[in-house]
Amino acid sequence: MERLSFQRRFYGKILRGTLYLCGGLTCAVLSFLIAYVLYRGLRGITWELLTTQRSIINKTNGILPNILNTLYIILLSMGIVLPLGVGAAVYLTEYASNHRMVALIEFATEILTGIPSIIFGLVGMLFFGQLLGLSYGILAGGLTLVVMILPTIVRTTQESLKTVPQSYREGALGLGAGKWRMVRTVVLPSAIDGIVTGCILSVGRIVGESAALLFTAGMGVALHGFWEALNSSSATLSVALYAYVNEYANVDVAMAIAAVLMLITLAINLTAAQMSRRFKREQEGAR
Amino acid sequence: MKQPIMRTNRLNLWYGETHALKDVTLDMPEHQITALIGPSGCGKSTFLKTLDRMNELIPSVRIQGEVLYRGKNIFDAQMDVTSLRRYVGMVFQKPNPFPMSIYDNIAYGPRTHGIRGKGELDALVERSLRNAAIWDEVKDRLKKSALSLSGGQQQRICIARALAVEPDVLLMDEATSALDPISTSKIEDLMADLKQSYTIVIVTHNMQQAARVSDRCAFFLHGELVESNGTEQMFSMPKDKRTEDYITGRFG
Repeated sequence: MERLSFQRRFYGKILRGTLYLCGGLTCAVLSFLIAYVLYRGLRGITWELLTTQRSIINKTNGILPNILNTLYIILLSMGIVLPLGVGAAVYLTEYASNHRMVALIEFATEILTGIPSIIFGLVGMLFFGQLLGLSYGILAGGLTLVVMILPTIVRTTQESLKTVPQSYREGALGLGAGKWRMVRTVVLPSAIDGIVTGCILSVGRIVGESAALLFTAGMGVALHGFWEALNSSSATLSVALYAYVNEYANVDVAMAIAAVLMLITLAINLTAAQMSRRFKREQEGAR
Repeated sequence: MKQPIMRTNRLNLWYGETHALKDVTLDMPEHQITALIGPSGCGKSTFLKTLDRMNELIPSVRIQGEVLYRGKNIFDAQMDVTSLRRYVGMVFQKPNPFPMSIYDNIAYGPRTHGIRGKGELDALVERSLRNAAIWDEVKDRLKKSALSLSGGQQQRICIARALAVEPDVLLMDEATSALDPISTSKIEDLMADLKQSYTIVIVTHNMQQAARVSDRCAFFLHGELVESNGTEQMFSMPKDKRTEDYITGRFG
C-alpha cells in the first residue's frame, strides 16, 4: 500500500497536537480553579463559621443565616415552581389542541431560559417590589426565582413527557381510562426521571444564583426564622459571598463560602446522576 | 349466521383530505372471529380503530356513518367513550405493557372502573391471566415489572389486561405480527378459546393465520370493503376477482 504523503501525515500530527492542547488546557484551567477554591476555602470552613451569624460584638463571621436562607428559598421556589411548571408542561403536551399556540409558548420558554438572570432580578424588583409592595426578602426573591426557573422546569418536563411512548397512552385509553387518569397513572410516572433531573438542576441554579437575588431577596446577613425571613432582607450563600467581598472586604470568608457552594454543587450533581440511574433501572424492571 | 354484536353502516372516514374508508357496511357476529384482511394501507386497521373510537386521538379525522354496538350508535352524544372502551377492548400490534408490575398492569383496567377491593382484584387478576394462558408462567412473579417478560409473554399480558375489564368484544390489531412463531401459535390457540366468551375482530397480514383462526373474513382494498363471507367460502370460492388475486398471492 502506498504511504500517505508527507503533507498529510504532517497535518495529521498538527491536528492531533492541537486537540491534545485544547483538552489539556481545559482540564488545567478547571482543576486549577477547583484546587484553588478548595485550598483557600477549606481552611475557613470551621464549626463556628457554619453555626453562628455575623456579629461585630461577638467577633464572629458565621454563615448559618445564609445556609438557612438558601434552604428557605429552595423550599419556597421549588414548592411553587414544581406544580406550576409540571402542570403547564402536562397541559401543553397532553391537552392543548391549538398547535400554533403551543409552538409559540415553547418558543417563548426557550428564549426565557437564555435570558441573563440580572434581568429577572430587575423585573422582579420592579414587579414584586415596587408594584406589589413586597419588601426585600425570601418571598420577593423566591418569586423572582420561580419566574426564572419556570421555563426550565416546563422545558425539561415537556421533553420528558414527549419520550413517553404513545403506546402507553393508547393502552390506558383503550382500557377505558379518562385522560387525567392516563396522565396521572401512566404518563407522569414514566416521565418522572426527567422531571426529577430538571428539579435537581433547578435547585443547582437556585443555589448558584446571585444576580437575580441582589435586588429582591437582599443582602441581609442576620439570622431569621422562615416566616420572618419571607419579608426581611436575607442573603443566600451566593449573595453573601458577594457581600463579604464587596461590603465587608473579608475574602477569607468569601473563599470559605465558595468552597461550601462547590461542595453543595458536587452533592447536587451526584444526586442527580444517582437518581436518574435509579429511575432508569426501575423503569426497565429487575431483569 | 349468528346475531351481529357490532355492525357498521355506510361508514366513511377521512384523514384530512384522504378518504380512508368508503361506505363500509359490515356485520361482526357474536362469539365468532372476524378477520380483516387486505394489503397495507387498505384501511383495515383504520376500520378496527374506529370500532372503539381510538381514531379520535388523531386530530384531522372526520367520520360519517354509523357504528352500532348492540344496536346503539357509538358516536351518539349519550355514548360515553370510556364506557364504550370498557365493553370493546383493544390489543395493539406491538406489546405495550405499562412500566409497572404484572399485577398492576392487569389491575389497571378494573381499578379504572372502580374496583378497589384486594380480594376481588386478586381473583380478577388470576382469572384474567389464566384466560390469557400465561398464569403458570408468571404466578410467582406478579410483583415483577411486566417489561422483564419476553415479547410473546408481554403480548399475552396485554391480552390479559384487556380481558380484566371483562369486555364483550376484543379487537386485535395484528397482535402477533411482532412475535415469533411459537408465541404466535400460543396466541392463535388462545383466540380459539376466547371466542367461546368473547366476540373477536382481528386485523392480520397473514393469510394462513386468517384461514386458521377466523370464522369470517372481510377483504379491504383502497378503503373499500370488497367482500365479506365465511372464511371457508372466501378462501375456496371468492366472489370477487380482486379477492381471488389477493388471497392467491398475486399482489399485496
